[in-house]
Amino acid sequence: MLRASLRQISAALKEGQITPTELCQRCLALVRSTQFLNAYITVAEETALKQAEESEKRYQRGQPLGELDGIPIAVKDNFNTAGIETTCASNMLKGYISPYNATVVQKLLDQGAVLLGKTNLDEFAMGSGSTDGVFGPVRNPWSYSRQYKEKSIPRSDSEPENSNWVIAGGSSGGSAAAVSAFTCFAALGSDTGGSTRNPAAHCGVVGLKPTYGLISRHGLIPLVNSMDVPGILTRCVDDAAVVLGITTTYIFVCSMSLFRRLSQSKLNSIYPIYIFLFFSVSCHVSGSLAGHDPKDSTTVQDIFQPFALPTLTDVSKLSIGIPKEYHVPGLSSEILAVWSKAADLFKNAGAKVVEVSLPHTHYSIVCYHVLCTAEVASNMARFDGLEYGHRSDMSKSTESMYAATRREGFSDVVRGRILSGNYFLLKQNYEDYFVKAQKVRRLIANDFVKVFGSGIDILLTPITLSDAIPYVEFIKEDNRTRSTQDDILTQAANMAGLPAVNVPTALSERGLPIGLQFIGRSFQEKQLLTVAKWFEKQVQFPMIQLEEVKKHDDGVLQHQKSASFS
Amino acid sequence: MFSCQHSGFLCTTDHLNKVILAPWVPVVGLEIHAQITSNSKLFSGSQVQFAAPPNSLVSFFDASLPGTLPVLNRRCVEAAVMTGLALNCTINKKSLFDRKHYFYADLPAGYQITQQRVPIAVNGSLSYSLCIDNKMSQMVTKTVRIKQIQLEQDSGKSLHDDARSQTLVDLNRAGVGLMEVVMEPDMCCGEEAAAAVRELQLILQTLGSSQAIMAEGQLRVDANVSVHHPGEPYGVRTEVKNINSIRFLTKAVDYEIQRQIKELENGGTVVNETRAFDSKLGCTVPMRDKEGKQDYRFMPEPNLPPLILYDAKSLPANVNHQQVVNIDWIHERLPDLPSVKRAKLVELYGILPEHSFTLVNEDGLMEFFEDVVKRTQMKPKKVIGWILSDLLSHLKQHSLTANESPISSFLLADLLNLLENGDISSSAAKQVFEELWKGEGKTPLEIVKEKQLELIQDQEELEQICQAVIDEREKEVMAIKEGNKKVINKLIGLVRKATRGRANPLLVKQILEKKLSE
Repeated sequence: MLRASLRQISAALKEGQITPTELCQRCLALVRSTQFLNAYITVAEETALKQAEESEKRYQRGQPLGELDGIPIAVKDNFNTAGIETTCASNMLKGYISPYNATVVQKLLDQGAVLLGKTNLDEFAMGSGSTDGVFGPVRNPWSYSRQYKEKSIPRSDSEPENSNWVIAGGSSGGSAAAVSAFTCFAALGSDTGGSTRNPAAHCGVVGLKPTYGLISRHGLIPLVNSMDVPGILTRCVDDAAVVLGITTTYIFVCSMSLFRRLSQSKLNSIYPIYIFLFFSVSCHVSGSLAGHDPKDSTTVQDIFQPFALPTLTDVSKLSIGIPKEYHVPGLSSEILAVWSKAADLFKNAGAKVVEVSLPHTHYSIVCYHVLCTAEVASNMARFDGLEYGHRSDMSKSTESMYAATRREGFSDVVRGRILSGNYFLLKQNYEDYFVKAQKVRRLIANDFVKVFGSGIDILLTPITLSDAIPYVEFIKEDNRTRSTQDDILTQAANMAGLPAVNVPTALSERGLPIGLQFIGRSFQEKQLLTVAKWFEKQVQFPMIQLEEVKKHDDGVLQHQKSASFS
Repeated sequence: MFSCQHSGFLCTTDHLNKVILAPWVPVVGLEIHAQITSNSKLFSGSQVQFAAPPNSLVSFFDASLPGTLPVLNRRCVEAAVMTGLALNCTINKKSLFDRKHYFYADLPAGYQITQQRVPIAVNGSLSYSLCIDNKMSQMVTKTVRIKQIQLEQDSGKSLHDDARSQTLVDLNRAGVGLMEVVMEPDMCCGEEAAAAVRELQLILQTLGSSQAIMAEGQLRVDANVSVHHPGEPYGVRTEVKNINSIRFLTKAVDYEIQRQIKELENGGTVVNETRAFDSKLGCTVPMRDKEGKQDYRFMPEPNLPPLILYDAKSLPANVNHQQVVNIDWIHERLPDLPSVKRAKLVELYGILPEHSFTLVNEDGLMEFFEDVVKRTQMKPKKVIGWILSDLLSHLKQHSLTANESPISSFLLADLLNLLENGDISSSAAKQVFEELWKGEGKTPLEIVKEKQLELIQDQEELEQICQAVIDEREKEVMAIKEGNKKVINKLIGLVRKATRGRANPLLVKQILEKKLSE
């Protein structure tokens, strides 16, 4: 039952095959038995059961709120959740209980979703392995799959089996692992440089990064405001569409005109897309994660129109672009093979498959480094120990208290980014770094505009350089090096604000998931997901075989907490 | 009242071209923060209110809780556009928000959202007038250029408790909308700075964009002051802060000019520093330096897209009008600005421009004047004399505004009617005025009756009094008869004395002349 897709379980709930409470209890049991994965930082058992109970009453009355009613979900621990600890996997926010729900969280709860808990991540989402948070690394559920075990050769006989486990990817590794291990049916991640798509690829789940501005960031603790997007992790493309709220609900009317404006604009603004500030008039589209949030001025203002995600049968009218710059050094031959096989798949089905060029792609890493650290330096300035979060005992002066608080509260990774960001923002450096990086960002975004303007509908690219590597290997390089390597194939979409999705495609020789990325036009989530759904159906990605999950019950980690509404 | 001439330095402006060689040219520029009058803050829904209980008006955003985002208040934008238009600025159709970083206890986010790169309004000007002698009879009009107006957040307030060595933070003010008006260094003394600020204050109050009460911190003025020799580049400037009234602004600027001149003439140097005005000592003192030069590490505010304003031409057709700000719409609805009001007063009532200046500049005085004019047959030109020399001087003596006057416009009008009808003499009217000022609730007529101040209407009685005076003053009578006509005034005075001012001087003169020519 737990392996079902969101839509299947939703149907089961509707038909009374299972009650929300039973479903919630089963999920919680699985969360407990897979604690060793360290996917969750906080399990909100009490409130989840309460929510399930309420959902059950609605079903009994025959008035469920919709497809999400009674469905257990998980949320990355950088989204604010009222009454449930929000830590960002940082000492700075350990014990911090937010007084409000992020808009996305509120929308899910309003739809009757049951929030099981908060998932693990790299501290403040800075990382690509989910290995750099104060609650320890997330383990990839595939490490414990039959597929991996059968194919992976133990490194040596003397090494315990335990050290072979592979990383989940990051920074939304906890969310990806939670969905992959069947503990929940959907999870929210965040995606700034690939943080949803990368762990989705490694954990064999669908990871959608919507267009910048489509989903409210209100309540998402920011990494890079101008690139952050809430991400959606699900077992299949249809589920992602459900969560995005487009199967039964809405999508944009004006997206094409927006897109045209984008290609004409010569803005030197910080946004990848053409966003203007409008004053809010209250308009609320319920039942959808997407849409304008009066609390987030960077969400789009256009009106939604109902439509359903169709099942595509004919791809012959599609034009698929294969950007040659994504053939990067370090790309494993295995991934390359999967990628070209996928291209062939489209070609054989009649689609036009064209090699395209996004010439500025390789500048994206260095450009991202400047823009990211600058915003990090700024965003982290609020953590001074005064209003909330960790406060040092140091009381010599306000300044010394600030310094001690930030030294104690932030990891080296976070402090390193703050330091470089402040350097780039210094008056004498601003033009040379920040302004140049913004210009480069525009060039990167324009690459996409040109390609899409030439008639390409969707870009097909790899998403990771290789399959997931063992934790012991991963930590041989520092966070910065890893982020630089791992973000290379995902970052450009954030630079340009474009929607992109990971679709699990095949298993590697070692029995680990390989995913591919589809990148669509701004606000063309419908088209993007329709193509992804077609592709998903063709590749028939195998389900993870986790029968032996219970064997690992003893590897319990220490940081699990329970939370309750006060 | 106003003067540009001070011991020690001299303005080298045109109206003072009787120039004595000026050894120093003072230069004064101003940065003015005006709190926007609005129900809610610049980027959050918290209420704006003066003197509310500490931390009672703080939203999650104001306290910079992680994950909160700014949402721009349309009213604040409109207030800034209005102010920009009133100050003849170019309104930028696209303006941007920036973050200005510094760590301070009352700045919860660690940065202030402001408009450093492209502010909402630029390149304006403000005309202001001031009198160049103490009698208020010679006025000059000057212009100061407005560099820009930017929207920004106010900070919270820190209260330092030295005894317990702790700092208390009140975030009620954090995030309240401010307009920073930057005036170019076009002024040269405290009086000019004060006159410019007063004019700005009047404009803001007329527009309703700010209450602009300095004592409540709704208008905060920082002065940049430097001095140099004519023909040489500007000197090193200091910034004077902590000025909380217009009177102190004059004092602070003039003190600072004097201090710099003295410093330089004694062979010292002026350091680029921030100084605070100490109103008790009447001087400026260096403020504790913020550990060297600050680098504010400005960057674009990523959570606020560019602010686009429209005019009638550029307004998109399919847009909800509540979602945009239309500059032309605001322009058409601007109220009469103080300069227009003054011109209208001069034209309508035939009063002197400098009188209109005083009427508009003194709180509530114009309304008071107009109320009196409406209720009396006396010509406005005469009424203005009573308003300015009698009422205003009394108000000033007691530090009152026209609205707080113990004599209402109604009572003053009654009094002036008695005078105009010839019921009382003007000297009697002054007596009645003094009685009214006591605020005992009597009407002018009651006072006149009580004090027997009515003019003596009885011709016979007056003739008798006149005759008595003539009889007593043989010497003066002789002088008049010898042709020294002026001496008659002395006799008139004596008659007035004898009647305790109850005689109509014209009538007395007639009688006396008649009697003396007999």
